[in-house]
Amino acid sequence: MEGVRMSSEPNSSLLERVRSPFEGPNTLGNSNGFWLTFGVGVVSLALYPVLFGTYAAGERAVFLVYALLGVSLCFVWGFCGILSFGQVAFFGVSGYTFGIVGLNVSSYTGVTLGIVAGIAVATLFAAALGYFMFYGGVRDVYVTIITLVVALVLKTFMDQTAGGEWAIGEAELGGFNGMRNIPNLAIGVGDVGIDVSRAMHYYVALAALIAVYLGLRVLVNGRFGYAMVATREDETRTEMFGYNTTLIKFVTFTLGGALAGLSGVLYVTWGNYIDPQQFAITAASMPVIWASIGGRDSIAGTMAAAIVLQWIELQLTGEWALVIVGSLLVFVILAMPEGIAPRLRTFVLDRQSSSEPATAPATTEEVTD
Amino acid sequence: MAASDPTVKTTRAVDETGERSSRILQTRDLHKEFGGLTATDTVDFAVEEGELRCLIGPNGAGKSTFLNLITGQLEPTAGSIYYDGIDITPLPSHERVDRGISMKFQVPTLYEDLTARQNLRIPLQRIVDADEFETRTRELLAQFDLLAEIDETPAALSHGQQQRLEIAMAMALEPTLMLLDEPVAGLSVEETAEVAELLRTIQAEEGVAFIVIEHDIDFVETIADRVTVLDQGSIFTEGTIEKVKTDPAVRRIYLGEER
Repeated sequence: MEGVRMSSEPNSSLLERVRSPFEGPNTLGNSNGFWLTFGVGVVSLALYPVLFGTYAAGERAVFLVYALLGVSLCFVWGFCGILSFGQVAFFGVSGYTFGIVGLNVSSYTGVTLGIVAGIAVATLFAAALGYFMFYGGVRDVYVTIITLVVALVLKTFMDQTAGGEWAIGEAELGGFNGMRNIPNLAIGVGDVGIDVSRAMHYYVALAALIAVYLGLRVLVNGRFGYAMVATREDETRTEMFGYNTTLIKFVTFTLGGALAGLSGVLYVTWGNYIDPQQFAITAASMPVIWASIGGRDSIAGTMAAAIVLQWIELQLTGEWALVIVGSLLVFVILAMPEGIAPRLRTFVLDRQSSSEPATAPATTEEVTD
Repeated sequence: MAASDPTVKTTRAVDETGERSSRILQTRDLHKEFGGLTATDTVDFAVEEGELRCLIGPNGAGKSTFLNLITGQLEPTAGSIYYDGIDITPLPSHERVDRGISMKFQVPTLYEDLTARQNLRIPLQRIVDADEFETRTRELLAQFDLLAEIDETPAALSHGQQQRLEIAMAMALEPTLMLLDEPVAGLSVEETAEVAELLRTIQAEEGVAFIVIEHDIDFVETIADRVTVLDQGSIFTEGTIEKVKTDPAVRRIYLGEER
């Protein structure tokens, strides 16, 4: 479709040509207004450390890290129909792996190795789990149950890893007290490298989030994205178009695991700490709540919901935060089952079509495409 | 419909013995049980290249089960299926599609959020490059008289247009065998005639073979080269529509019930 629009409009501007790979029917926001809002959002997030100081930015970086975790679910659930409660499992496994490598291999080499190892182990874990589920014929709600059980089993297992016998080299797993003194994020080899902490960590998390967002937009609007969406809509039908839907689900789930792994590395380098609570049912539900409220087939919506809901939780603190978030979830699911972002888009399109009836066909086409 | 249109019979080349040299599909001792209940029993069935075969039979005769065995959505309990001389029994569905088997389901299963153009992209992107999408899409939509609906979503299409779009999507893969499960169910008389015309054109111009499950005997009469009557999972009888229609046993088990 990307190529099509360019060839049918020979005098398309440079801006349109740059934008076209990111746009298509599989992402909700393709209009000028959307990109403007997106730009304002990115600039505001980028200015946060400047306006509120590097300490505050360092503290809030975790919002962006969890937003990335939400995006990993949005990708597998919203675009391929795989509702996974296991994103926290890949997140946590990656975090622990980074900790083990980072604590054992000192210097910048350890951190660099830890990043690679954390993401690699999370990806392989997701691939192994996905292989047995999808090639074993597990479908729909059973996938959800299995992924939730995997997260809960990890929680139970990690809870009992207290004491010296549960140490891998220098790294003590620490049971329910968690793993401590995990090094900061850094890039380098040996003694030469750059430390990434506080505001710097915030910017790295923001850059990762934006890069993943744009990358996923290209992916879901390309061939693979059409195949994912087709699989989500009707698996049998899609198979009869010659698609190997089992492979599509396996690849999607593995990629989702890799993204969760990336957010896991960013998480442990943020707090220098991880504990088994990350696998608990509350943590496992959070990405599902963000995606449900933001709109599971809207990457930007899920990101925004993750950030806003964490902010609300922080303002309220304690048990009340969960009650309020839970009530919000129930309200959104009852009032707009598809999520806030898709509803917002419908609202904006309705406003536009009623306020400017066919006066500007070019822009209308752009918006509705 | 067929009775009022005598040209239909003469436009197609099928000899009266029903024998041809090249069999595109052949099943051997095909058998399927569901928990001890036999759905399809030792069906030895063959379709010739470019033939349009209709599969009829009372409800529960095993017609859909039989199609699902050919597409690979169901695994047979015993027996094998040969396509183009190759045993495809162990192949998964998507590999059978790669070999030229295409299927249109009974229930319309268009992608609701996508326009006609985007729906067509799903099969098309498997066999053509991105720069050919537009050309092929327009060719196919023109062939199925849907060019004006190129940017419409399925909700804006009539039932007949939806059925045509589905057939267009199945045809986009350039199959050699098309399986259609009740292509005219719920269509008006005019729409049914359009689909019949369309199938005959595709058969004549592209040499595609068809297996069509259909209850509408007038429609079967219009399009079928040969008819296979299934009853309780077995082939009851096979032959031209005239032979099948005049068979008193067929009238008893099937036509008598329907009319």
